[in-house]
Amino acid sequence: MGNWNDVLSYSGKYLSGLGITLEVSLYALLLSLAIGVVIAIFRVTSSKLLNAFGAAYVEFFQNTPLIIQVFFFYYGSPAMGLNISGLACGTLGLAVYTGAYMGEVFRAGIQAVPKGQMEAARSSGMNYLQAMGYVILPQAVKIILPPLTNQMVNMVKNSAILSTIAVTDLMYQTYLISSDTFIVFEVFIFAALLYLTITVPLSTFANLLERRLQRSS
Amino acid sequence: MTLIRFDKVNKWFGKLHVLRDIHLQIREGEVVVVIGPSGSGKSTLLRCINRLEAISEGQLTVDGFRLDDPKTNINLLRQEIGMVFQHFNLYPHKTVLENITLAPIKVRKIAKEEAEKTATFFLEKVGIPEKAQAYPSQLSGGQQQRVAIARGLAMKPKIMLFDEPTSALDPEMINEVLDVMKALAKEGMTMVVVTHEMGFAREVADRVIFMDNGMIVEEGTPEHFFTNPREERAKLFLSKILTGGRASKR
Ligand SMILES: Nc1ncnc2c1ncn2[C@@H]1O[C@H](COP(=O)(O)OP(=O)(O)O)[C@@H](O)[C@H]1O
Ligand SMILES: [Mg+2]
Repeated sequence: MGNWNDVLSYSGKYLSGLGITLEVSLYALLLSLAIGVVIAIFRVTSSKLLNAFGAAYVEFFQNTPLIIQVFFFYYGSPAMGLNISGLACGTLGLAVYTGAYMGEVFRAGIQAVPKGQMEAARSSGMNYLQAMGYVILPQAVKIILPPLTNQMVNMVKNSAILSTIAVTDLMYQTYLISSDTFIVFEVFIFAALLYLTITVPLSTFANLLERRLQRSS
Repeated sequence: MTLIRFDKVNKWFGKLHVLRDIHLQIREGEVVVVIGPSGSGKSTLLRCINRLEAISEGQLTVDGFRLDDPKTNINLLRQEIGMVFQHFNLYPHKTVLENITLAPIKVRKIAKEEAEKTATFFLEKVGIPEKAQAYPSQLSGGQQQRVAIARGLAMKPKIMLFDEPTSALDPEMINEVLDVMKALAKEGMTMVVVTHEMGFAREVADRVIFMDNGMIVEEGTPEHFFTNPREERAKLFLSKILTGGRASKR
C-alpha cells in the first residue's frame, strides 16, 4: 500500500504529463486527419503523378519506424535552420506517420462507395471536390469510422515516443517519477490507467457514433 | 437546331475500339432511341455526350461546347444535361428532396426554398410527392428511378440521357417509369435513350439507332425498324427482342 501512496503523491506530475499527451494527441490528430484526406484523394484521382506521390508517401511513412521520423524532425529542424520546439517536432512526426495510416483508411472508405455515386454527382455539374464533399465522403464516413478509431487509439499510444525527445508527456513524467521513487510496478501501472482514460472514452464515443450512423441509413 | 453533333468520333479503351467513326446529329426536341446488343458501345456513346467518357478522336459538339477541347468547362455543360442511370445512383444518405435539390443549390446556386419548390413540382410530376422526406432505401425500384428522373429535371436541363433506365426494374414497375419518360418526350425534351423497350420507341421516338460492334449500323424511324430493317444484324437483333427475348434477357 505504501508504494501506491507514494505514487499518488505525484498525481500533479502525472496530470501535467497527461495534459501534454492530450495536447500532442489533439494537434497530431487534426493534422493527421488533414494529411490523410489529402493523401487519400491523391491516391484515388486520375492523375498518375498524384497517385504516385500518395503511394510513395504511404509506403515511406508506414514502413519506417516512428522514432526515426520523430528524430528526423527533432534533430533535423535545427540543421535546416528552423527553430521549432520539441513539442512541435514531436507532434509533426507523429502526424506525418499517422497521416499515412489515415490516408489508407480514407482511401479504402472512398473506394468502397459505389462508382455510380461519383458519376451521378459529376454528371449533375459538381466539380470533383464538391462531389467528394457532398456525396462520397459522407458515405465513406460510416465505413471509415471503425478503422479510424483504431488509428486514433494507436496514435495516443504512439505519442509515448515523444518522451525520447524530452517532450514532458505522460510517459516522460512516468520515467521521472519512477527514478525519483525507485518504484517501477505501481508507477507504470498508474500511467497505463491514465492512458486508458483517453483511449477508452475515445473508442466508446466512436462506437456510439457508429451505431447512430448505421441507424440513419 | 442541332444540339449534339458527333463528327467522325472514335473511342478506344486501351486497345479495344469501342466507337468507330460515329457520325450523328441530334436536333433540339428530338427523341433518339439507341438499341443494339450488349457491348456494342451504346453506353459509351451516351456517356461521351457529357464526357463521363472522353472521346479519343474526332469532334463532338454539344450545346455549342466542344467536348474534344480539354479547355471546355465541362461542369458548365453538365448542368445542361441530365443523366439517368440503370441503377438509379440516388444518394443513399440524403432524402428524396435533398437528392433533388443538391445540385440546384450547390451548382446552380439557387436558394434553398426555391430549389425545394422546384423539387416538389417535379416530384408531383413523376407521381410521388408524398415521398419527399423518404430515403432512397425506403422506395421501390420504380420509385427510385422516378426520383432520379426528377433529380435530372430539377436542373432544368436541355438534354436528358437515359442508359437502360428500366432494365434493372421488376417488370411491374417498368411502365410507371416509361410513362414519365413518354410524358417528357411529348413535352419536347431532347432525349437520348438507350433501351430495348420497343413500345416506348414506337410511341415517342423520332429516330432509332442500331449499334453493333462500335458502329452505327442502321438508323431510321421506329416504323422502319419494325417493318423492314435493311441490315441482317438489325433484323436478327430485333427479332430476338421482339419475341419475348426481353423476358429472358432479364
Ligand atoms: N471503362 C471501361 N474500360 C474498358 N472497357 C470498357 C469500359 N467501359 C466499357 N468497356 C467496353 O467497351 C465495350 C462497349 O461497352 P458499352 O458501351 O458499355 O456497351 P453497351 O452499353 O452497348 O453494352 C464493351 O466491350 C465493354 O466491355
Ligand atoms: Mg450499356
